[in-house]
Amino acid sequence: MNDTGKAYFLKILNAGFRLDDRKSDEFRKLKIIRGCSKTAEGSAELFLGETHVIAGVKFSIEVPFPDTPDEGVLMVNVEQSPVASPEFEEGPPTIEAIELSRVVDRGLRESKAIDLKGLCITPGEKVWSVSVDIVTLNDDGNLLDACGLAALAALQDARFPKVVDGKPDYHELTEEKLVLSELPIPVTVYKYGESLIIDPLHEEEVLADARLTVTTLSSGEICALQKGFDGTLSIDSIDKMIELSLKKSKELRSELKKELN
Amino acid sequence: MSYDKRVDGRGFDELRKMEAKVGVIPRADGSAYFSMGGTSAYAAVYGPRQTYPKFLQDPSKGVLRCHYAMMPFSGAGDRVRPGPNRRAKEISLVTTNALLPAIDLHEFPNAIVDVFISLPETDAGSRCAGICAASLALADAGIPMTELVGAVAVGRVDDKVVVDLCYDEEAYEEGEVADIPVAMLYNKGEISLLQMDGKISKDMLLEALERAKKALTFIHDVQVKALKERFKQVENIE
Amino acid sequence: MSEIKIKNKDIVVPGEELAEGMDFIPSGAAYRVKDKIFSNRVGLVQVDGRIVKVIPLNGKYNPERNDVVIGKIVDILMSGWRIDLISPYEGVLNIRDASDRFIKKGEDLTRFFQIGDWIMAKVTNVTTQKLVDLTTKGYGLGKLEPGRIIKVSPYKVPRIIGKKGSMMRMITKATDCKINVGQNGIIWISGSPDQEILVAKVIKLIEEEAHISGLTARIKEFLEKETGKKIEEGD
Repeated sequence: MNDTGKAYFLKILNAGFRLDDRKSDEFRKLKIIRGCSKTAEGSAELFLGETHVIAGVKFSIEVPFPDTPDEGVLMVNVEQSPVASPEFEEGPPTIEAIELSRVVDRGLRESKAIDLKGLCITPGEKVWSVSVDIVTLNDDGNLLDACGLAALAALQDARFPKVVDGKPDYHELTEEKLVLSELPIPVTVYKYGESLIIDPLHEEEVLADARLTVTTLSSGEICALQKGFDGTLSIDSIDKMIELSLKKSKELRSELKKELN
Repeated sequence: MSYDKRVDGRGFDELRKMEAKVGVIPRADGSAYFSMGGTSAYAAVYGPRQTYPKFLQDPSKGVLRCHYAMMPFSGAGDRVRPGPNRRAKEISLVTTNALLPAIDLHEFPNAIVDVFISLPETDAGSRCAGICAASLALADAGIPMTELVGAVAVGRVDDKVVVDLCYDEEAYEEGEVADIPVAMLYNKGEISLLQMDGKISKDMLLEALERAKKALTFIHDVQVKALKERFKQVENIE
Repeated sequence: MSEIKIKNKDIVVPGEELAEGMDFIPSGAAYRVKDKIFSNRVGLVQVDGRIVKVIPLNGKYNPERNDVVIGKIVDILMSGWRIDLISPYEGVLNIRDASDRFIKKGEDLTRFFQIGDWIMAKVTNVTTQKLVDLTTKGYGLGKLEPGRIIKVSPYKVPRIIGKKGSMMRMITKATDCKINVGQNGIIWISGSPDQEILVAKVIKLIEEEAHISGLTARIKEFLEKETGKKIEEGD
């Protein structure tokens, strides 16, 4: 399709600019407010420029899966609420929303940041289930990273509820926090021709040829990847994208830690 | 038995702390946040825009459609499964009907105005907070409306008529409880939302409605202040 | 006895009482119920003698005849194009209104406009059911070359243009950008990329502060600071 918007954007990218006055490897201002939902056992509101999401953690006591009788359950779900964009609709999740959920889930799960065995109460009978729900409030691009970071921020805020007669009493939270042994940071790199940018505005995001979400650990190891959109990547560009993601993840990790104190 | 003291220490006519903010969702055509106590609601207006599915089109005027949704972690108890359920659908309908009498969409034939309400935390009165936020969001979107709409729950706890029930009052077990969400067009003084669960005498109900009317003047003040704040004259922003 | 309840230039909200008594006449977004006048929009009040007018501050673009608008080609029809105007209603540009040259039946319409192109057009007709006819015949109308597109509230367009175009002239002069403003709130900017970003910033600032007095002076100061150029007063 000949979209004038794309031709224009490629022109300014080649000249070293983007739609706002940031550099190509610059994130927007990150702001995190923890404890924004009193009904959740942990919650965080996250702003990335004008992108705004809210994440909440709920605990419950469940029967473990038969194949993992001594492990707790982790569930991650992103809801593309129609509040956030004229393009989102009410109803069952779209394929895009499911991808978003699964990419956030994969980063958390594969990092082993949450010790699932530590969530076991009685093997084969009772385990803690941790549900992280992330709801979009304003989509101005880069929901992937915003949702991934919001999930971490909400988990950092989570405290176990008191257990009364084998059931959680949500009115009373204990002092026991959920332990996160790692902060797996997703940074998605967007590709336009040969140009790369991170943290796109919505207007920039829709013009991308391809994107690569790279979730990395503090050691520099990669724990999850997702190539998105229908463009292709050379091994050389993957190298550059991972470099960019790693560099940015260090800054974001220290911001998440700093915000906690 | 008598309900002498409210569970949270408020006076029987006293509202919980309220907060309102207009223009909180930049991508929406109009938006607002409204909280009363532990219940918070975001409302976003999209439209007037083209109507899909087409069969919903009305060639004589625009259509208003409200959608109410609790965030999965916003319930007092277990996680709420995301997606529309029967309760959310009913609340969406009564919310639409509560707002429609104040809205004039004759300039917008065949178009639709969608209002999405989403709640990050609830402690009773969620449909009322949703209506208060939605009314502000519609005004922010520039939708022609004769006046703002406000809503509050009133009711009975044991022998007392109370205003703005919280969850612990709705769940009060030592006496009868009635929970009555009410929405009102302020100038006309007419009621556009009325529901009730529980048991109440006619006299007590009428008293409760009078109290709702009085309480709503405070809510109206909060709404007007938030709207004017959004469009206020800012001096020398540089 | 008639009584006015607000001051000139006050910001009012839906349902706010503006005046009481039959001596006043409602205008704009003001309406009368019996002997009282109220507002039905968030707006700015203008009291002019007996006329109480409310000028709305926000809302979607609703097409009107003779408006000059900027839109995007979203589809090609049998004999024309469908145009998105960021409005509840799309526009239609018929081939006979697209060019002075005779366009043969069956000719490839993408030779004139392709999907994704932006055009500047004039509204020639709006029916009661909001079917919108456009033309690109006329001075300054037609296809827009690739440029920066930004969207603002259509209610802020008069302030962005300024009195007799004064605001636009000032911004154009300071940034050397070409700028086209559609009455539907779409703005096209073309210049050097850094100056385009500056224009977008200035327009955002005007949009946020459009109803505040002293706007021109503040914008001038902002532009001088950003560009380091001295801007002369007047034309």
